Amino acid sequence: MLLNYIPVLLLIGVAIFFACFAVAASALLGPRQANQTKGAPYECGMPTLGPTHQAVPIKYYIIAMLFLVFDLEVVFLYPWAVVFRELKVAGFVEMMIFIFILLVGFIYVWKKGALNWE
Amino acid sequence: MNLVTTQVTVMDLIVIAPALVLTGCALVILLLSAFVPTGRRGFLGYCAVAGVVAAMASLLWGNDGAQSGFNGMVQRDPFALFFTVIIGIITLLTILASLGYARREGIDFGEYYVLILFASVGMMLMAAGGNFLIIFLGLEVMSIAIYVLAGIMRDDARSVEAAFKYFLLGAFASAFFLYGIALIYASTGTFDLTGINRVFTEQSSIRILPIVITGLALLIVGFGFKIALVPFHMWTPDVYEGAPTTITAFMATGVKAAAFAAFVRVFWHALPQLQPYWVEIMWVLAVATMTVGNIIALVQTNIKRMLAYSSIAHAGYILVAFVAGNQLGAASILFYLLAYCFMNIGAFTVVILLGKKGEERTLISDYAGVGSRHPLLAAAMAIFMFSLAGVPPTAGFMAKLYVFSTAIQAGYYWLAVIGVLNSAVAAYYYLRVLIYVYFREQEGESPITQFAPAAVLVVVISAWGVLHLGVLPSAFFAMAQRSIQFLR
Repeated sequence: MLLNYIPVLLLIGVAIFFACFAVAASALLGPRQANQTKGAPYECGMPTLGPTHQAVPIKYYIIAMLFLVFDLEVVFLYPWAVVFRELKVAGFVEMMIFIFILLVGFIYVWKKGALNWE
Repeated sequence: MNLVTTQVTVMDLIVIAPALVLTGCALVILLLSAFVPTGRRGFLGYCAVAGVVAAMASLLWGNDGAQSGFNGMVQRDPFALFFTVIIGIITLLTILASLGYARREGIDFGEYYVLILFASVGMMLMAAGGNFLIIFLGLEVMSIAIYVLAGIMRDDARSVEAAFKYFLLGAFASAFFLYGIALIYASTGTFDLTGINRVFTEQSSIRILPIVITGLALLIVGFGFKIALVPFHMWTPDVYEGAPTTITAFMATGVKAAAFAAFVRVFWHALPQLQPYWVEIMWVLAVATMTVGNIIALVQTNIKRMLAYSSIAHAGYILVAFVAGNQLGAASILFYLLAYCFMNIGAFTVVILLGKKGEERTLISDYAGVGSRHPLLAAAMAIFMFSLAGVPPTAGFMAKLYVFSTAIQAGYYWLAVIGVLNSAVAAYYYLRVLIYVYFREQEGESPITQFAPAAVLVVVISAWGVLHLGVLPSAFFAMAQRSIQFLR
């Protein structure tokens, strides 16, 4: 029983060895040159211009959150559509209630102007 | 495996009737708040009041016996009904106290009331859940609404901090709770509380599995956070201080009542066989919660922080009855929560009435001279403070009497002694408020001429509740005893 786990043990051993070997090899063999460019925050690319702490439009966040809600609605609709016939009328009514509640949320969001990009 | 029936019966609707009514009312208010122009939204609070009253009226639909709906997912036993009524009272009083306060603080938009109603739905589901999934669902519905409510004063840094702190720590606590549920599920194979009880009864060998004990511990952490037991209480003072005062009252009473309801149901209905393992943990938690809550409350200068630590200490007293674990203990938990809801909401409403815009005047020293400026309000504050301290003839005294006598009956003498000593310590900081109210004068303060009538009504109802429960407790205690018969 316990013997079945020997491959797992071997794999753990190999993984540990490889991790240690890779770190040790690069520490021993890799050339190291400290200079000003290397110490810069961004070694490649443009140096930053102006302050970096700026207000980011939060619109993305709201849209992403709304997307998530209605995306999940669709996630629920798929399995419901598969077993639609077995669920009969009760399933239809329940799904309509679910969609209605989300619709109320959608109307609220729309009316409040959360979808206005400007 | 046969398909679970999807037909919703009338019984299912009866079982969740109050939650349905509240949800429907919340959706209507949400739409109204979007379509009614700003400035004419003052009536939305009254809609919320009507919704809570309608939800309570919907309880009359169906008889008093124990029923369950959705294949045992939601229970409508006397225990759930008792808590539904308590939560209804708390929600109603909170909304009434909010009517004037929300306008003063500029948070009287429809969403405020909608979120209170949704939180109330979550609390009711938590108290009525016969299945771990429903209890978790209720917990989340309640918590998410409360996270937003705590930070609803968006321009106030303390309010935002409170919301953020509560959200981060609350999300952690939910994860602990969920992991606990998962481990219990892994060992018993069911989410159903009755089913879990059956598995533990039939297979005594799995009670001592490490996975079960770990699950138990994680559940205690999850509940302990919501109830604010020491050492899971660190968030309480900051969140209670930063949140709008009405929401603080709602959190201190509603969240606590709902969490205790689920706590009692899970531990006494699903896991009574594990009592040898949890009872000692609870003993330590009860002593730590009472002592730490009371001692830190002694040095508070802000009344909201003081009431926060006091609410921690009260959770400790309730836990004493939880440890005792007999029939009387469960009834005294219910009675304590009922008494606590009146005295705590009353005290917070007095704080609301005496406050000014921007959450000012919440220092205890600000209460100097209130006795001469507002004698009636001061008298009400005295009633609430005496009740919180446990002085007869108030509800707080009877509640403590039941709790400690339960502990003595069950043989937990030391626990009762520590509890009584703690009550003596607590008297100091409650009475200190009254010393400021009656024996210190403050020059140059003019009396507040305009009080919100609805909030005054809350003070009157709460004071009446505190005195009624204190003078004639037996009918309510008998009701509490009837409500917990399902436990044995």
